[in-house]
Amino acid sequence: MAEVKLMKGNEALAEAAIRAGMQAYFGYPITPQSEVIEYLAAQEPKHNYVLIQAESELAAVNMLYGSGGAGARVMTTTSSPGFTLMQEGVSYMACAEIPCVLVNVVRGGPGLGTIQPSQGDYFQAVKGGGHGDYHVIVLGPNSVQEMVDHIFLAFELADKYLTPVMLLADGATGQMMEKVMMPQPIEYKPDKPWATTGKTKDRERNILTSLYIQPEDMEQRNLKLQAKYKEILANEIRYEEYMTEDAEYIIVAFGLSSRIVKNVVLQGRKDGLKLGLFRPITLWPYPWDKIGAIASEERVKFFMSVEMNAGQMVEDVRLAVCGKKPVHFFGRMGGIVPTPEETYAAIKEKIG
Amino acid sequence: MKEGYELIYKKPATLTERRFSYCPGCFHSTIHKFMMEIVEEMGIQDKTVGVCPVGCSVFAYHYLDIDMQEAAHGRAAAVATGIKRVLPDRIVFSYQGDGDLAAIGTAETLHACNRGENFTFIFINNGIYGMTGGQMAPTTLDGQITSTSPYGRDVDTAGMPIKMAEIISTFDKVAYVERISCNTPANARKAKRAIRKAFEYQMEGLGTTFIEVASNCPSNWKLTPEESLKWLEDRVFPYYPLRVFKDIKKLKKEE
Repeated sequence: MAEVKLMKGNEALAEAAIRAGMQAYFGYPITPQSEVIEYLAAQEPKHNYVLIQAESELAAVNMLYGSGGAGARVMTTTSSPGFTLMQEGVSYMACAEIPCVLVNVVRGGPGLGTIQPSQGDYFQAVKGGGHGDYHVIVLGPNSVQEMVDHIFLAFELADKYLTPVMLLADGATGQMMEKVMMPQPIEYKPDKPWATTGKTKDRERNILTSLYIQPEDMEQRNLKLQAKYKEILANEIRYEEYMTEDAEYIIVAFGLSSRIVKNVVLQGRKDGLKLGLFRPITLWPYPWDKIGAIASEERVKFFMSVEMNAGQMVEDVRLAVCGKKPVHFFGRMGGIVPTPEETYAAIKEKIG
Repeated sequence: MKEGYELIYKKPATLTERRFSYCPGCFHSTIHKFMMEIVEEMGIQDKTVGVCPVGCSVFAYHYLDIDMQEAAHGRAAAVATGIKRVLPDRIVFSYQGDGDLAAIGTAETLHACNRGENFTFIFINNGIYGMTGGQMAPTTLDGQITSTSPYGRDVDTAGMPIKMAEIISTFDKVAYVERISCNTPANARKAKRAIRKAFEYQMEGLGTTFIEVASNCPSNWKLTPEESLKWLEDRVFPYYPLRVFKDIKKLKKEE
């Protein structure tokens, strides 16, 4: 039976990782997500996971590579500048097909930026960030409950597709306390015949590598990855619709900003404006087709993407809408969370 | 076996049939063979996991018939840490060159040693970047000519060649540090003994073991294999002496 708890997002995700059978965690302290490693350090004696406070995010992500490659269920968490350092390992793990869970509790950037919540790392998360042609599955939790649920889901997807899976959260979702239904712990039994656990007589040696020095071989590796991404695109797109059925104005938002937009939609409805919220839950794969289908509906007048950045996801909305309807943007940057009032005003201004 | 003949030498079964890509006279081949002989002799093929670096030995997994992970440049110590922590009963080693271990991966190297991670470093120090075509390494000797120090290493701007074995031996949780070479049959035998000792210490859980190989690079040193051995004697060993820098068992006895 699930337990009802009042928990901070970062601590809830840490507890969820333990319950999802996490076997190793590597991290480096950075605000606003240091509670994750603190929580895991405090709980460590009661459990059987490996925990290392690494010398850097670079070391942490490479420890993740090693232990994930050795067959363990592994996770790291960080915040924006730390995630930039981790891009090396993410690219290598995507190519070597090593499953792992990455959490970026995003803060305002660029540079050292601020420690306040932001969605400024959307591009980095969904378009690559590291070098080469690869994707990771990106989930965008918008509540403490989803921090928990997405951790379970992320571990499952990582094992299923042999790929890094990330949660793109934000400082507020990490720091705020909410009621959460904490699932019962699962008994995780890894089945990873490809892992480097020592070559036994009955099998060939297992090699985990992202090096294919002959271009023909490297292309084959790329084709294999692309086939996998196609499968993920076909099977794993997730989104939530709120009052979109008859909506004339579709507000697209993910993560924390979707919570703000939900309030705005309710206010609009009270005022007789037919607003609706479309919330992508998987940010990669992105629900392009679904948004495209909504754009074809005659009643729909425009789309507006509301984000805590300078306008990043709006590019995916434009791709999806493909010129069928106008696509607007409203956002705040640098750690500022837009208020419902200013968001509503921005929408009304476009309605005219 | 033909009658009247005695088998005195064979390739260990733990090496694959693939031909080495290493240059003639390079110690990589010798060290690969020693490691795999040891794995065969100790019967630990099913327990051994290796990490290869970026550098000439980036292809080590073609030759070593064991499970292996290819690490990003400099990160072998972090990767090996990850493997060993989740599989503590396996024998784990990282195999790294000087650019990998002592330049781009210095932080990972030092912190793994500081934590006493219970795996074995095999550190091939040949004083040059081999794979990329002979650029200056952190271990290039004072005045040594490379493609990025065409007038000889200027220690006033590039610093002195870094002495990793000496540095590593200062960490409390490191169990064994030795610098070896393969320039003579006697030294080669000592080298194999040192690697075996490192694996044995690891199996006993004593802490980090670190074997530095004062190695050669005939191709990029622009020397014949034979001349490269003389260079080792004349130039390398005076600065990088061959000896045991730390042995936790001997230290314990002395206490």
